[in-house]
Amino acid sequence: MNALALVSQLGGVVLAVALAPLLAGWVAQCRAWLQSRSAPSLLLPYRTLRKLFRKDAALATQASPLFRAAPYAVFGAMATAAAIIPSVTTDLPLAKVADAIALVGLFATARVFIALAAMDIGAVFGSMGARREMMIGFLAEPALLMVLFNAFLMFGSTALPTIVKGTLDADGLTLHPSLAFAGVAFVMVLLAENARIPIDNPGTHLEVTMIHESMVLEYSARHLALIEWASWLKLFNYACIGFTLFVPWGIAPHAAGPLGLLLAIVWLVAKLAVAGAVLAVIETVSAKLRIFRAPEFLSMAFLLAVLGLLVHLLLQS
Amino acid sequence: MHGVSALTTTTALTGLLVLVASWLLIGALGLVQSNRIGWVARTLFPLGALVALGVAAMGAMSLTTGSAAQTSVLPLGLPDMPFHVRLDALSGFFLLLLGSAGAGISIFAAGYFRQGEGTAPGLLCLQYHVFLASMALVVLADDAYLFMVAWETMALSSYFLVTTQHRIPEIQRAGFLYLLMAHVGALALLLCFGVLHGGSWLMTFDSMRAATLSPAWAAAAFLLALFGFGAKAGLVPLHVWLPEAHPAAPSPVSAMMSGLMLKVAVYGMLRISFDLLHAGPWWWGMLTLAVGLATALFGAVFAAVQTDMKRLLAYSSIENIGLIFAALGLALLCYAFDMRLLAALALTAALLHALNHALFKSLLFLATGSVLHATHERSLGKLGGLIRRMPWVATLALVGTLSLAGLPPLNGFVSEWLLLQAFLSTPSIPHAFTNMIVPLGAAVVALTAALAGYVMVKFYGVIFLGQPREPSLMQAHDAGWLERVGLAWLAVGCILIGVFPQAALDAIAGVTRTLLGTAVQRGPAPWWIAPVAQAQASYSGLWLLLGMAGVIATMFVLVRRMYHGRVRRVPPWNCGYPELTPRMQDTAEGFGQPIRHMFGPFFRIEREVPSPDDQRPRYRIQIDDHLWHGLYLPLARIVGWLADALSVLQRGRLAIYLMYSFLTLIVLLVFVL
Repeated sequence: MNALALVSQLGGVVLAVALAPLLAGWVAQCRAWLQSRSAPSLLLPYRTLRKLFRKDAALATQASPLFRAAPYAVFGAMATAAAIIPSVTTDLPLAKVADAIALVGLFATARVFIALAAMDIGAVFGSMGARREMMIGFLAEPALLMVLFNAFLMFGSTALPTIVKGTLDADGLTLHPSLAFAGVAFVMVLLAENARIPIDNPGTHLEVTMIHESMVLEYSARHLALIEWASWLKLFNYACIGFTLFVPWGIAPHAAGPLGLLLAIVWLVAKLAVAGAVLAVIETVSAKLRIFRAPEFLSMAFLLAVLGLLVHLLLQS
Repeated sequence: MHGVSALTTTTALTGLLVLVASWLLIGALGLVQSNRIGWVARTLFPLGALVALGVAAMGAMSLTTGSAAQTSVLPLGLPDMPFHVRLDALSGFFLLLLGSAGAGISIFAAGYFRQGEGTAPGLLCLQYHVFLASMALVVLADDAYLFMVAWETMALSSYFLVTTQHRIPEIQRAGFLYLLMAHVGALALLLCFGVLHGGSWLMTFDSMRAATLSPAWAAAAFLLALFGFGAKAGLVPLHVWLPEAHPAAPSPVSAMMSGLMLKVAVYGMLRISFDLLHAGPWWWGMLTLAVGLATALFGAVFAAVQTDMKRLLAYSSIENIGLIFAALGLALLCYAFDMRLLAALALTAALLHALNHALFKSLLFLATGSVLHATHERSLGKLGGLIRRMPWVATLALVGTLSLAGLPPLNGFVSEWLLLQAFLSTPSIPHAFTNMIVPLGAAVVALTAALAGYVMVKFYGVIFLGQPREPSLMQAHDAGWLERVGLAWLAVGCILIGVFPQAALDAIAGVTRTLLGTAVQRGPAPWWIAPVAQAQASYSGLWLLLGMAGVIATMFVLVRRMYHGRVRRVPPWNCGYPELTPRMQDTAEGFGQPIRHMFGPFFRIEREVPSPDDQRPRYRIQIDDHLWHGLYLPLARIVGWLADALSVLQRGRLAIYLMYSFLTLIVLLVFVL
C-alpha cells in the first residue's frame, strides 16, 4: 500500500464529502432554470449547512440516544460508501474491504437507522415516513443488487474497481444489451432512493406526500445538517456508482501519477455536471406518482434488471 | 502426532457424553426441590449454561483437531442393538452452535423463570435440560435407532415445554398441532431410515453409508428426509405449527426451538443428504433450492404483517430456514455437477447462516421474553417506547435487530454476502436452463433480505421506539442482571462473527472438507474473507466497522470543535400540532399495510370495516394463510371423515373384538403357511 494510494483514498472521501453539496446545489439550480424560476445560488447547500451547524439543537423531550446517534451513523455509512466507490481512481486500498454487495448493505444500514430514528419520537409523520421509506427501500434494494449483478456477471467480480478496469481494458466501445436494461433500471432506482420526482419530491412542503422529508421533521440544527449532508452524499454516491458501471471513462487506473488524478477529478466534475443536468430534466418532465404507484415503478426497475441478467445469460450461452 | 489427535477426539467424545449426562443429571436434580426457585433457577440453570459452554468447547475442539471421526458404542439400548455415537466435523460444528447459543439462553433462563407460571420450576428444569441433551444426542447419534430415540425425546420434551401454561386453550391447541406435525415428520424419517439401510437391516449409519441404493430408492429416501426434516424445520407447506408453537412457549423455550431445534433439523438434512446418501442427481438440489426460496419469501412476507411480536419472529425464522435450505440446495446442485468449490461456498453460507440465526434469533426471542415480563403484553399494538424504560434490553436487542436485517458489519450480513456470492457463480453450471434459472434465485434472496430489513424496523420500532401505547408501560422495568448477561453473550457473538468472520469460516472449513472434500479459501487475516478469490470478492467487517467509526468520530469531534454541542429539550415539533397522543403513531397493522397491499394474493384476509353511520365503529382484520384453509383444514376433514367411517368397526361388544382377533390370526396364518 503506497502513500499515493492512501492519499487518494482519504482524498476521495474528502472530495466526495466536499463536492456532494455542490452537486445538490447544481441540480437545484438546473431545476430552477428549467422551470424558469430565478435560480438559488450554487453554494446555497453550503450556507444551509453552516447555518444549521451554528444553531442550538432543539431535541424533543422523549428523544432517546438512538435519535441523537442516528445522524452520525447515517453520515458514517454514506462517507464509508464513498470510500469504496472508485469515483476518481481504481487504486483504493479500502475497496477490498467491501465490494458492491457490502455497498448495498451500507445503504441499507443508513436507511434502517434513519427509519428507526423517525419512529423514535412517536410523532404522526415520523412513523409514516419510516414505513414509506422502508417500502421504497425494500423494493429498490433488490433492484440495485440486480443492476450490480449484471456488471458482476460480465466481469466475474463484485469488486467495483475490477468492474471499472474490465470496461476500461476492453478494446473499443462494445455495447452490451444487458447493460442497457441495467442502465434504465439503475436510473429508476436512483430516482427512488434519492427521494426524487416521480417517487418523492425534495422540495415539497406538504407533509402527507412526503417520504424522506417526513422522517426528518423532528430533527434540527447539527443533526439535520448531518442528515441533509448524508442525503446529498447519497446522491453523489449513486451518481458515482452509475459512472463506474456505465461510463467509467476518465477514472484514473492504478499507478496514475498526481497529474492523472487531477485529470480524473476534472472528468468526474464534468460527468457530475452532466448527470445533474439530466437529473433536473427528468425531474422537470415527470410528475410525482401516487405512493401506491411507487411499487409498480420499482418492480418495473427490478424486472428490467432481471431481464438484463436473462439477456446476458441467453447471449452468453 | 496422529496418536495425540486421536486421543483428543476420544476424550472429546467421552467428554461430550459426560456433559450430556450431566445435563440429564441437572434436570433430574430440579425435581429434588422443585418449587424452590433459588435452587432451580439460580443454581441449576447457570450450571446448565456451564455445561453448554463445555459442549461448545468440545465441539470447537473436534473441528480444530482435524477430520478424524471418533466413534464409540454405548452399553445402552436394546440387547442386540446398542447405541452408536460418533463425533465428526459436522456434528462438532452443530455442537458448537448448540453449546454457544444454548449457554446464553440458559443464563437468561436462570433469571427468567419465576414461580407460579404454569409448570413447577423443577419440572420445567427437567424438561428443559432433557430437551438440550436430546438435541446433543441427535447430533451425536451414529445409528438410526439412537437418532430416532433422541429425535422423539426432543419432540416430546419440547412439546411439554411449549405447553408450560397448559391451562390456556390456545396453547393446548398450539401444542397439539406441534405434536402432530412432529410425528408426521418423524414417521417420514422412520420410513427414510427404512429405505436407507438398503436391505441389510443394519441400523448403523456406517452400514447406511456403505449401502448401495438404486437411484429410485435413493430419491425416495431423499424425499422422505426432505419431508421429515422440512416438517421440523418449518419448510412451506409444513410450516403451520411454527407460528403457533413458538409464541405459545415461554421465551427461552421459543429461543431454543427457533435457534437450536430448527438447526438440528438442518443437521439431519445435511447428515442424510451429503453423508449417508453421498448427494445425488441435480434435481435434488433444484428441489431443495426452490422449496427454500419459496419458504424464505413466504416467511418474510408473512412476518411483515404480524401483530404479535413472537409470531413475527416465528415467521422470520421460517424465512431464515428458507434461506438456509436454499443455500443447502445450491450446494447439492453444485455438488451434483462436481463443482466442489462452489458447493463448499454454498454450504459455508448455509452453515454460517445457521450459526448466525441461532445467535440473533435467540437474542430476539429472549428480548421479547424480557419485554413480556416487564409489560405482560405480547401484542405489538400495545407496546412502544420501551427504549426509555428498558435501555439494556433495547440496546442488546438492537444488535440482534440489525444482524437479522442483514446489515454490515454484523454477522447476518456475512452469511447473506456468502450466499449471494455463491449465486453469482452459478452461471458456470454446465447444464442448460439450470445455469439461467438459478442465478435468478439471487433476485429472490435479495428481495427476502430487503424484506427482512422492513420486518426488523417494524419489530424494533413498534416495541422499543415511539411513545408507549398503553399507560401501564410507564411502569416497565429493565431485565435483571442474569437476563442481561444472557442477552449480552448472544449479542457479543453476533458482533464477533460479523467483525471476525474468518474464524467462523475456519470452523466451517472442517465440515465442508469432511462432506465435500474441499473448503473455501482462507482470507489473508482473521478479519478478511475472500472465499473464492481476492480478485472476485473480499470483505472485511473489521475494516468496515473501523471506517465507519473513524468517520463518525471525526465528524463528532469536528462538529464539537468548530461549533458546539448545545441542546435544548422541547416538546416534539409534530408540524406545529400540539396535542400529540400515542394513538397517532403507526400501529403494527399500519406499518405492515404496504406489504398487505402489495402481496395481497399471499394472504387470506378477513376484514370488518365499520359503516359510515356506525355509532361505535370497530375495525377488525384477520390475516391467515391460504395453506391452512386450502390444505390443512380439508385434510383434517378427510381424516375426520375416515375416522368416522372406520368407527363402524367399534361396536363396543367383546364378542366382536374377539372375532376381529380371530380373523386376524387366520389371515396371518394363511400368509405364513
